[in-house]
Amino acid sequence: MNALPILQRKLLRDLRQIAGQAAAIVLVVACAVATAVMSFGVLRSLDQARAQYYERSRFAELFVSLPRAPESAAEAIRRQTGVEGVQTRLVADVAVGLAGVEDPVAGRLLSLPERGEPEVNAIVLRRGRSVGAGDAPEVIVSESFAEAHGLAPGERLSVLVGGRSHEMIIVGIALSPEYVYALGPGMIAPDDRRFAVLWTGRRVLESALGARGEFNDLAIRVKEPAALDDVARQVAAVLEPYGAADVHGRERQPSHAFLTAMFHQIAGVGRIAPAIFLVVAAFLVHSVLGRLVETQRQHIGLLKALGIGEAAIGWHYLELVLVLGMIGIAAGLAAGTILGHGLTRLYAGFFHFPFLSFRHDPPSVFAACAVAIAAMGIGAYRGVRAVSRLAPALALAPPVPPGYGRTWPERLALRGPSGGTTRMVLRHLGRFPLRAALTVIGLALAVALQIAMLFSFDALDRIIAFHAHSEARDFSVLFARPLPSATIEEVARWPGVLKAEAWRMLPVRLGSGGQARVVNLTGLAQSAALRTLLDADLAPVPVPLQGLALPGKLASLLRVGIGDRVTLQPVGSRRMLELPVARIVEQYIGLDAYMDLDALNALLPGEPAISGADLAIDPGRRGEFLRALKGSRVVAGISERSAVLASFRDTMLRTLTLIVSFFVAFAGLTAFGIAFSSAWITLSEREREFATLASLGFSAAEVSRILALENAILVALALLLGSVVGRGLAWLVVQRLDTELYRVPLVVSAHTVAIAVLVVVAAALLSTWTVARHLRRMDVPAVLNARQ
Amino acid sequence: MRGEKTHSVRGLTRIYRTGSDEVHALRGVDLELCSGELVALLGPSGSGKSTLLNLLGGIDRPDGGEIWFRGEELTRFDDRALARYRRRHVGFVFQSYNLIPSLTARENVELACAGAEAPVAAADALELVGLRARMDHFPGQLSGGEQQRAAVARAIAKRPDLLLCDEPTGAVDSRAGVRILELIERCSVELGAATVLVTHNAAIAAMADRVLSLVDGSIAEARRNAPRRKARDISW
Repeated sequence: MNALPILQRKLLRDLRQIAGQAAAIVLVVACAVATAVMSFGVLRSLDQARAQYYERSRFAELFVSLPRAPESAAEAIRRQTGVEGVQTRLVADVAVGLAGVEDPVAGRLLSLPERGEPEVNAIVLRRGRSVGAGDAPEVIVSESFAEAHGLAPGERLSVLVGGRSHEMIIVGIALSPEYVYALGPGMIAPDDRRFAVLWTGRRVLESALGARGEFNDLAIRVKEPAALDDVARQVAAVLEPYGAADVHGRERQPSHAFLTAMFHQIAGVGRIAPAIFLVVAAFLVHSVLGRLVETQRQHIGLLKALGIGEAAIGWHYLELVLVLGMIGIAAGLAAGTILGHGLTRLYAGFFHFPFLSFRHDPPSVFAACAVAIAAMGIGAYRGVRAVSRLAPALALAPPVPPGYGRTWPERLALRGPSGGTTRMVLRHLGRFPLRAALTVIGLALAVALQIAMLFSFDALDRIIAFHAHSEARDFSVLFARPLPSATIEEVARWPGVLKAEAWRMLPVRLGSGGQARVVNLTGLAQSAALRTLLDADLAPVPVPLQGLALPGKLASLLRVGIGDRVTLQPVGSRRMLELPVARIVEQYIGLDAYMDLDALNALLPGEPAISGADLAIDPGRRGEFLRALKGSRVVAGISERSAVLASFRDTMLRTLTLIVSFFVAFAGLTAFGIAFSSAWITLSEREREFATLASLGFSAAEVSRILALENAILVALALLLGSVVGRGLAWLVVQRLDTELYRVPLVVSAHTVAIAVLVVVAAALLSTWTVARHLRRMDVPAVLNARQ
Repeated sequence: MRGEKTHSVRGLTRIYRTGSDEVHALRGVDLELCSGELVALLGPSGSGKSTLLNLLGGIDRPDGGEIWFRGEELTRFDDRALARYRRRHVGFVFQSYNLIPSLTARENVELACAGAEAPVAAADALELVGLRARMDHFPGQLSGGEQQRAAVARAIAKRPDLLLCDEPTGAVDSRAGVRILELIERCSVELGAATVLVTHNAAIAAMADRVLSLVDGSIAEARRNAPRRKARDISW
């Protein structure tokens, strides 16, 4: 039809006329598409990088650690059905010495096979070469550690292993799929300066540990992932004679598990946030188009009278909305791509992949665009339907004035003398309850989204406060092997040590019913003051004299409560003990079990022993203390509490700040869009009313106050609803993040709520101000004399 | 002239600009208004009647000339002072009523009286226009004539010094129209307001003390009706 190009010209002019509302819709759609494009793109990039890395490195599906077993046991495992490949290794936690570095550095030293590449868990050599055969003191270091210290092949470092210090020469720099996210012992976040992954020849470790022909670590690949559990059972059975082994799948391999948890988080954000934005976009389209059709009803009547078909006119309005949707999608794709690249770079900073770059995820990009268009269509449905239902004669006549009456908000609010303008506001809100409700819900979602993102900082603060409360120690030292209890007196005399408290730690398998977990069991002295068990409210929990103290999460995994009995089998031992659960404690990162030190010593064979100590240090003598320990053969590992917390805080803030500020900004934009279009619609519907007020002697400021009051009521309701929904969303996030690796406490601080509230209030003020400015420029006589 | 002089207008001009076109709505109008006097502005559409009314009422600003109200120059007022002037001294009756749809008749009157010095009680003002029984109805529940009577009650309840009526009968039938004119007539006498009535209907102009005929933005003719005709005797 010939009229269509003209209609398209009209479309462009209409768009110019509603530029502000159009921009709001475009912005919110762009936010939705950008979040989806960014999240799923980053997710796909990480997921592919990991999958390719695993494939290339033949990453294991089953992991076993145990004290010692002979090579022949590995041969037996290799013969089990379903086993694709087996790599036996020796693994030791070591202390690393670097010239000029005073801070303690922990290392994990892994053996490489005498000949060829590892059958499972191959490393990726980035520089230099692999270690030679035989017992040459050569070592390959992890890339992140090498970069943190500027190390290159040819340089030297010392490694304390098996009670002896070994001078080793760096021959290569490598990456490993087992340490994409590299956590050292006692660490709760990666710290590339203080944790090194090292690889050396099998012979070197065999002689250092006195373990010729033996292994203490197995990486196994299976033929069929579905048969994993069967293979795990067979492996456990084969290793049974060597004591309880910790056999687990990838889900408890720390690096893999952290990556998976991170993927879950990204996917959650990618699903929830765009949905929220699109709901808001649909609402904006609904109200803006509804109002546009209302103001153009005479044009519509005219077009129909001129013989242009209903479908063509309906399509004309739908087209207007779709054009906005398309612009929003284009903007969202661009913004999502830029943000995706940025986020990927950020992740590349602490996930050590051989190769990681941002790539779009076409199916989710397509889905996001399709859902965005669908949301536009749903939002436009009522407006377009109204267009097609309008009979030409009716459309040409002025609209029937809205019938007002006393409404429920008024009855609630007007229990006393109250101004006419307040009444106008309340009656107007009551007259269009659906619109008011949608505005409130939209703004509430903006508040809620911010709370659900911002509370991460509160949770982080709580976790840090938890550690600050529970750990008064400055350092923890782990001995190379268990030492007699009396050693603690000697430790207390080390330079700079103000206080020393002994503990004993060993890996154990805890079981109850069909459930079992391998965790570290730590025996703490009753008098321990440098480490305190806490409950969720940060209140101290005494170490039970009898029985175990378990974190709530571990208790629920084992399906036990206080008073229930659990089986306890030290890893590598065939002795099976039974103990009651005496206390439930809080633990946000990792899962450990605790009991009384003397009770633990009494349970275990041999003389009472300790495996490490918590130390309080004279801050002025920290250097002296660390230097003294450098030469010690007793200490296998040192961790400094302040450094652990600092690296945790730093890592968390680095990831959180970018993502959270991005969402806060998006939520602010959304709130502005909603408040702006709500105020604009109010203004456009009631321009005559406002002009009348002006003629009655109301100043522009007084008239603006009516708009402001209406917005204020909606915003106030939205803030109330939003803080409740925000808490709900935060609760969902907490449920989603609840894993064996870490738990996130549900803490929503007043500060978080205040930021979310301020952002939305600022957006509402800005939009009210924009509309009020328009009001001041209103041509009062023209409006008053316009045809009704 | 019946009472003291309230407004005096000197050389008032108003130009509307649309694109490159300039429309001279008023071309140097001089005028004086006295309390208790009813002045009719007569003329065809586009002659500048409503423009003059809007300028007198302070809802528009001239491009030249002065309006003085009791020794103060309105044309120098800022927006706030102009709003105060409208609130205290001016009552408007428009052709299309312009009642606030979300307020009842009584509330519409009360809203207009806020800030007035000695307003008539809203109920009494509505009694005066014969709407006492329907004063708690919303505009949407009133007929056109009733709405316009409510608008008159709203305009007079504040006891304005200047009552401005822009084609007040334009949207109602003639019976209702006569009733509205009677009210305006009565108010101008009883309240002593200077009343300006814009109309294009010469029959209605007969009820005024003075008739100013506007043509193309200028006063083409000024005459006095002696005696003026009673509103109830007017028909059209």
